[in-house]
Amino acid sequence: MRAVITVVGKDRVGILATVSGKCAENGLNIVEVTQSVLQDMFCMIMLADIGEMEISFSQFAENLKKMGAEMNMDIHCMHEEIFDTMHKV
Amino acid sequence: MINTNDILETISMIEQEHLDIRTVTIGISLLDCIDPDIDRACQKVYDKITRIAARQVAVCEEIEGELGVPIINKRISVTPISMLAAACHGQSPVKFALTLEKASRALGVDFIGGYSALVQKGFAPGDLALIESIPEALSVTDHICSSVNIGSTRAGINMDAVCKMGYIVKEAARLTADRNCIGAAKLVVFCNAVEDNPFMAGAFHGVGEADCCINVGVSGPGVVRSALAKHKGEDLSAVAECIKRTAFKITRIGQLVATRASERLGIPFGIVDLSLAPTPAVGDSVAHILEEMGLEQCGGCGTTAALALLNDAVKKGGVMASGHVGGLSGAFIPVTEDAGMINAATTGCLTLEKLEAMTAVCSVGLDMINIPGDTSPEVISALIADEAAIGMVNSKTMAVRVIPAIGKKVGDTLSFGGLLGEGPVMNINTASPHEFIHRGGRIPAPLQSLKN
Repeated sequence: MRAVITVVGKDRVGILATVSGKCAENGLNIVEVTQSVLQDMFCMIMLADIGEMEISFSQFAENLKKMGAEMNMDIHCMHEEIFDTMHKV
Repeated sequence: MINTNDILETISMIEQEHLDIRTVTIGISLLDCIDPDIDRACQKVYDKITRIAARQVAVCEEIEGELGVPIINKRISVTPISMLAAACHGQSPVKFALTLEKASRALGVDFIGGYSALVQKGFAPGDLALIESIPEALSVTDHICSSVNIGSTRAGINMDAVCKMGYIVKEAARLTADRNCIGAAKLVVFCNAVEDNPFMAGAFHGVGEADCCINVGVSGPGVVRSALAKHKGEDLSAVAECIKRTAFKITRIGQLVATRASERLGIPFGIVDLSLAPTPAVGDSVAHILEEMGLEQCGGCGTTAALALLNDAVKKGGVMASGHVGGLSGAFIPVTEDAGMINAATTGCLTLEKLEAMTAVCSVGLDMINIPGDTSPEVISALIADEAAIGMVNSKTMAVRVIPAIGKKVGDTLSFGGLLGEGPVMNINTASPHEFIHRGGRIPAPLQSLKN
């Protein structure tokens, strides 16, 4: 079971560190990261294992969203299953 | 890893294009609650509903949080109450409506549907009492929806019931005139009603259904429209293909939510209703999809053809995405709930006559249309008869949900707020059908061969 975390916003120091810090804090193991910076827009997609997660998925997603708002970034955390269901026949 | 574009597409569908699950509806059979003592029957109804749906809202919120897809409404549909009322001779069925209201408040669900009667061929005990109590029941409750099936392809049209419903619709509006005639917005008259519909106001739990089941209704006109926007200038085969692909994705989410809800609540999965249900929010309109296909405004010539393409493609795309498809499945065209329709009706481009033509190819019928408050019950009955005839002859579900705007005339606005939206009072042809409607009797079931 994995979570897909997407982060979009204006580039600044420490985005990756902050988000991955939050993951570590809650017991998520980051499996894969892809990121790009287009001009000054930062876009990152993270795949994290939630097998050992210590809080509920929805609580974690909510926390990330709040953290994103504080950082002026758009952060989404969604279950991998939704993407598999939608995009694979 | 999952394709980056797919991830971004999903997020933009939810964030910008209003993709959501319109409703998770639990269907509950009340056949085991029938009792000649109405108070005892009500107690059984309350106990059964609150027992089966106890965790509905909590589980839906849990799934919403996990998947990141909003679940807008949590609803319940029950066995047509006329069947329970049949056993309680001489007592007002409104007690059942109040019981359902109490249950909906206790559970925190948005609507309970099933204050209904099925009279396509005639009135059984309980049916008339229930129909006559509808206006009162809708005026003393907030979360109860009512429907009456007055015709079917196999039974024909019960014109005695059609005649009665004209008065009932008007009375439902009159009794709630101080609340924007909301009573009539919670009442729908059907031909060929389906037994597993999760959408309001027409949801009820048919007698052929299991004891309880989960039916999910999806939404997403905004998603279809923005997918189409990427195919400008391409031919209509490409348009149909694009709609099919999008409907597939939307329905898959519905299936996922339905499966999860079913597992967690321990209630069997029923169906996914793959309807395109608009909301008054900008960018969530079925009319705008038709306009995206190349019409200047919804309601002009070409609208029926565009809607037929849309309705069919939605079904084709959705069918493969779900284990069981049912309900009303198709494109809804509720006028007050659709920003594009409201606009077209206000400018006069969309008329009631055009809407009638459109209903021949959409998924339901004349839906959420405001008509002048002084429209006679006979005209409303005749409008119902016209729609029922289209449904009966074409073997499709048809419905009429019109709201006589008491005290208002053509051009005035009637506003309900929330998902029900607002819209102009539309012109209706008032040439009298009085004699025709008061003949009563039945319109015989149509021939199913010699299709011309």
